[in-house]
Amino acid sequence: MSQTEIRIAGFGGQGVILSAMVIGKAGCIFQPGYATMTQNFGPEARGSACSAQVILSDQPILYPYVTQPDILMVMSQAAYTRFTPELKPGGLLLVAQALVRISDLRAGIRAYSIPATRLAEELGKRLVLNIVMVGFFAAVTGLLDPESLRNAVADSVPPASMELNLRAFQKGFDYGLARVGPLAEPVEPEQMIAIEGLG
Amino acid sequence: MQANPKGVLTGTHFLDGDQACCEGALAAGARFAAGYPITPSTEIVERFAWRIPTVGGMFIQMEDELAASIAILGAVWGGAKAFTVTSGPGFSLMMEHIGYAAMTETPCVFVDVQRGGPSTGLPTLPAQGDMMQARWGSHGDYEIIALCPNSPQECFDVTIRAFNLAEEFRVPVMLMMDECVGHMTEKVVIPRAEEIEIYPRRHTARGPGEYWPYETNGDLVPEMAHAGEGYRFHITGLTHDERGYPAMNAAAQDRLVRRLKNKIRAAADRLALYEEEATEDAEVVVVSYGITSRVAQRAVEMARQRGIRVGKFRLVAAWPFPAARLRELAQRVKVFVVPELNCGQMVLEVERAAAGMARIIPVTHAGGDVHRPETILEAIVEAAR
Repeated sequence: MSQTEIRIAGFGGQGVILSAMVIGKAGCIFQPGYATMTQNFGPEARGSACSAQVILSDQPILYPYVTQPDILMVMSQAAYTRFTPELKPGGLLLVAQALVRISDLRAGIRAYSIPATRLAEELGKRLVLNIVMVGFFAAVTGLLDPESLRNAVADSVPPASMELNLRAFQKGFDYGLARVGPLAEPVEPEQMIAIEGLG
Repeated sequence: MQANPKGVLTGTHFLDGDQACCEGALAAGARFAAGYPITPSTEIVERFAWRIPTVGGMFIQMEDELAASIAILGAVWGGAKAFTVTSGPGFSLMMEHIGYAAMTETPCVFVDVQRGGPSTGLPTLPAQGDMMQARWGSHGDYEIIALCPNSPQECFDVTIRAFNLAEEFRVPVMLMMDECVGHMTEKVVIPRAEEIEIYPRRHTARGPGEYWPYETNGDLVPEMAHAGEGYRFHITGLTHDERGYPAMNAAAQDRLVRRLKNKIRAAADRLALYEEEATEDAEVVVVSYGITSRVAQRAVEMARQRGIRVGKFRLVAAWPFPAARLRELAQRVKVFVVPELNCGQMVLEVERAAAGMARIIPVTHAGGDVHRPETILEAIVEAAR
């Protein structure tokens, strides 16, 4: 059984939940597979921190919660501080530059960053930062068919902003491919500290 | 009969359990909901309020849960299929009208998305602490049906089943979800309307002059007529006779209350739905329901890998309880392990069914999270020792 646990975190209003929806939808609606998405509900969802979890698997998912994510995508400093310690050894950390300063990163974590805010602003809307991140996720992880993710983006956003969101996805995807390349081969944990493009 | 395509959102969706429950209700033909929205059930009526104007029907946000639960009963006697949605604190307030629905034989669905209790407890976190309340919460002797979905797909499928059973038996049916199932998002396949079987309202074929609202014809379930159709009859929570009029005596009480119970008891074998897996050679059987049944299945798989002869028994219906089947199993199973997100509720029924023939190990949890598979595994290992 191949199962991947993903946590996406940031603050409310950044589209954390939507990006988790897109990844989950891609993983079980637009390509074969299973996906379970859960969100953290509670007082914290109203203010600063917001987090969503997705499990992708080739088998039915029984235990629904993420316990030790393989992949952590963060869009705020608070989320970085709170969730990085739970990342699996050898896990993958994806951060939105300018929003997160990486510090005290423990050995064996693969960290990649993307100037997602700037790329989104280049498209004229900072709001699509989350979809830029999803594009980056697609390129770096190689976990899902990019076409499934494009379909999921198109299916998850209002028709009027579909074009913009698809361009945001492509922007993040291209950035990821050019700077990092898909991680087709697993790397030994000792070799894994590669922080790309940190400002 | 087949579902009305108007309410059926055919296709493959990525929905949470609450949204899927709403789609199940619409597919089943529900056209009226009243509620006093409460976490973690809010998304059900939120979606219903959004969807119902295009389907044709009504949602009313009432002033409280008493009002919501009696409004749906009025809507049913007006001819609609109706339901209300709540969580523990609201479920407590609805008990009065659950009894009224049972007594007046009003087909309806009460959805309880369970959260930690007692009182306001843990609004955003799961529990399964209302299982006994669902069965016994209202006063007097009555029977209900209670179903426990364990995934968004089942929230769709089982909601349709809940409405169908409500119509077939003219009882309030409880859909006992939990916060985890209600808020988890997964793939939900909604079939075409013609593939969805709907149990139609048991409407009388008799004319207005010949109709008695509580007269039965053998199968213990009377037929209905609706307000505005020209029938004149009386509906009351008082003990009543076949014509619907109050009958204040022990004989009428005995006849009515026993029928209310027997219409469910007589069908209990068919209604006590369960799923059984790998019990043929099992020494240990894990009995669970709702979200806990998924975690339990994981634990059962882990235990099987270790060579433990363990089976799974999952309650799809908590009420009526499948006591007969569990009693059969108790004759050859050594131990029943019963994990649930409460301090021990359905385990009492398992004990009753096992009647001392098998040992019982409860795996309790006060709520606020779901069990870790490892916790249930430990109990299985202990049981097999």
